Amino acid sequence: MSNWVKVAPFDEFPKLGARVVRTTNKENIDIEIGVFRTEDDRIFAINNSCPHKGGPLSQGIVYGDKVACPLHSWKISLVDGKAEEPDVGETACFNTKIEDGVVYLELKN
Amino acid sequence: MRNNLTDKDDRIMQKMKLVVVGNGMAGMRTVEELLKIAPDIYEITVFGDETYPNYNRIMLSPVLANEQTIDDIILNTREWYAEHNITLHTGARINKIDRKNRVVYAENGTSAEYDRLLLATGSKPFMLPIPGSDLDGVIGYRDIKDTNDMIAAAKVHKHAVVIGGGLLGLEAANGLKIQGMEVTVVHKNDWLLERQLDKTAGKMLQKNLEAKGLNFLLQKNTELLIGDDNGRVKAARFADGLEVPADLVVMAVGIRPNFALAESAGIHCNRGIVVNDTMQTYDPRIYAVGECVAHRGISYGLVAPLFEMAKVCATHLANFGIGIYKGSVTSTKLKVTGIDLFSAGDFSSGDDAIDDGREEIVLHDAIGGVYKKLVIKNDKIIGSVLYGDTTDGSWYFQMLRDGKAIHEIRDHLMFGQDSLGNTGHQGQNKAATMTNEMEVCGCNGVCKGTIVKAIQDQGLFTIDDVKKQTKAGSSCGSCVGLVEQILASTLGGGYAPPSTSKAICGCSEKNHEEVRAEIRANKYLTIPDAMLGMAWRTPNGCATCRPALNYYLLSTWPHEAVDDPQSRFINERVHANIQKDGTYSVIPRMYGGVTTPDQLRKIADVADKYAVPMVKVTGGQRIDLLGVKKEDLVGMWADLDMPSGYAYGKSIRTVKTCVGSEFCRFGTQNSTQMGIDIEKAFDHMWAPHKVKFAVSGCPRNCAESGIKDVGIIGVDSGWEMYVGGNGGIKTEAAQFLCKVKTPEEVLEYSGAFIQIYREEARYLDRTVHWIERVGLEYVKQRVLEDAEGRKAAYERLLYALQGSVDPWAERVQNRDKHKEFETITV
Repeated sequence: MSNWVKVAPFDEFPKLGARVVRTTNKENIDIEIGVFRTEDDRIFAINNSCPHKGGPLSQGIVYGDKVACPLHSWKISLVDGKAEEPDVGETACFNTKIEDGVVYLELKN
Repeated sequence: MRNNLTDKDDRIMQKMKLVVVGNGMAGMRTVEELLKIAPDIYEITVFGDETYPNYNRIMLSPVLANEQTIDDIILNTREWYAEHNITLHTGARINKIDRKNRVVYAENGTSAEYDRLLLATGSKPFMLPIPGSDLDGVIGYRDIKDTNDMIAAAKVHKHAVVIGGGLLGLEAANGLKIQGMEVTVVHKNDWLLERQLDKTAGKMLQKNLEAKGLNFLLQKNTELLIGDDNGRVKAARFADGLEVPADLVVMAVGIRPNFALAESAGIHCNRGIVVNDTMQTYDPRIYAVGECVAHRGISYGLVAPLFEMAKVCATHLANFGIGIYKGSVTSTKLKVTGIDLFSAGDFSSGDDAIDDGREEIVLHDAIGGVYKKLVIKNDKIIGSVLYGDTTDGSWYFQMLRDGKAIHEIRDHLMFGQDSLGNTGHQGQNKAATMTNEMEVCGCNGVCKGTIVKAIQDQGLFTIDDVKKQTKAGSSCGSCVGLVEQILASTLGGGYAPPSTSKAICGCSEKNHEEVRAEIRANKYLTIPDAMLGMAWRTPNGCATCRPALNYYLLSTWPHEAVDDPQSRFINERVHANIQKDGTYSVIPRMYGGVTTPDQLRKIADVADKYAVPMVKVTGGQRIDLLGVKKEDLVGMWADLDMPSGYAYGKSIRTVKTCVGSEFCRFGTQNSTQMGIDIEKAFDHMWAPHKVKFAVSGCPRNCAESGIKDVGIIGVDSGWEMYVGGNGGIKTEAAQFLCKVKTPEEVLEYSGAFIQIYREEARYLDRTVHWIERVGLEYVKQRVLEDAEGRKAAYERLLYALQGSVDPWAERVQNRDKHKEFETITV
């Protein structure tokens, strides 16, 4: 069952940047999701936590469809949440869509 | 039909076909480089005449010496070929190229069509044309089969003769001895390794190898190999009539480029396949790399040049049209455990050589078994021979390749890099003396054994590879010298230190200096324009090049270039320092380290209001509020109403001061006020890296001016200025620049120094690294001797800083614009 939530207007996301979305999961635990905008205006959402040491990925430098973690520069793919080799690790991804200039995020049930 | 199609039409319909002849290190390295930059443009087929996948040929000697196994030295497994959709034919020797129809044919009947052909056929051992050289038991030393033959022979035979006292011959001899044979090395010169060593070092080597049980026959020409009734070799006879028993003869008298295939196809060859600087042969569809080529008349038999060729060739196969191979300077190292030997460049001596303007620095400790010779010409190292202690081989080689002027360090040159104060982690500076369990990288906890294993098992050849795979040296970088030593001693001749002028990152071929020059020449003002103009490979760079480009644009075109916050590291983007848990630290400026009761009360109130978990006094004489949430930053700045301390940026940090003449009974100058003046004059200044100042009021130097980028020490008659100090990863004492009389001069001289550093250093160079590269003489010339230039540089700095505003105040005023600080809750 899908659970799409409205996040914010698309133009409030900086190009090659990200915003942090705070929400609660089904266990009622607070989680943070980084919602990223690439240069070619695609929107991606991944867990705001680097698989290495939990660095806030939303604060990293965005390039192509990757982000460099601000703590130790692991390169994480925005597409599948996987760390670039030779680092090994993965962070959760979320589906996104843009409708009428507004960004939506699909939360997991 | 297909002949009517151009490559382009072809590509639309299907991928182009690349066929590689030669499954060795050069060919496969080219394929790897190609896959890195253009993974999808070719359907790749590889032919190799050996039955193994690609392996590390330079590690055959350790295999023969029982130090490694064949499995250890495989570089690309069959799974790797499959994963990359590469069709691999092993045991398939190509014996015909049909250039007209663009097809290659193998002896076993296989064939393949190509759009591009890469020849990497390597070389073959030169077999002396003497009677008996075709007997059983007479072999070269080139591949896994030869190695296995030797190991097998050692099990049943006793006497081995190795013809040739070069690198390969000695490694073979050492290995055969370890396999249990009686080994005699026959050499026609009067000392070993005459191409790598001078006579002194050659004789020292011979003595050491004799102690290991090898026998030597020097100045001997082999005339005849004598066979037994079964057609197997049983003895070798020399020109002087001497005869020695020999059940196994290894010919190691040199290699010859293997170009017969190319020549039979009518491709121009001249003692090798002739290629141009793009590694293209006379047939534009056909490229060649490795030991089979003749480039500018030279064929290389070492692995390091092959890798340089591979890189260049890959860029052309990928249709980037960039990359020029200009030839290589090579260095060698003997891979015989327990023997330390390194040589590079031109080290021939003799009267002719001295007349030629060469100078030699020699250190010879016959009892200690150490011999070092450096050959210098026109103030540059042109050659070096090291025996017994090769710790500094890579350092000398790097200076040789970069043509670095050495007069400033000539006094210490012979004593190595350590004598310049460059010791590694825990004071360790000799990798050879470390055990496998000892920690090399203190940041990431990597031991020597882990690094050695990674180099061997994963086939690593460069410092970058080792950093990537093991993390050693990838954080603070202080152990890179040690890692390099480990790499050099593990690889032997396979290692070439990187040139210091390397590409800015993987997104471009250009180095830092070229990028800076183009930004100036073409007046690029934005990152997209600069990337477009310089043909960046990636659409928007990466986390390495974007911050550098942003800085170069801003420092070259102040007030005109467009600052791109998204290309700045988070700390500079939000003007605070990110901490391990994602919170930030807030450090307001306290000019010269001087504060007031009011300021302190305000800081205390803010710390209370925002429940700041820790308040700490910093090393730079100010107060740090740690553990602040991002969304609280702007509010705190508003409440503090103090300027940003730039404690987070590649920028001016603090000016540390001592009490000075106002209160101190020893003070000769008002260091506090001088510090305040400097900090105010250079406030908001971005730089290639952080910049720290200090001002002390007397030679007791309580502000620690000796370890700052610019350190000022007040003396009775004025101010002494020191530059290039660093208290960080490697403690570097600042060097004396000059003495001036007035505070105005302190500002002008230090401003000019910093401005030239801002304009010329590479991004992430501290002043010490920049001075190390350009030399203190250069700095003195620019800042001291050229008075006009100094004034102009100082003016340029003041112009760049003109009208700059405090970033915290700016954010507070434009709170609504910075959505980035707001978290969205859903």
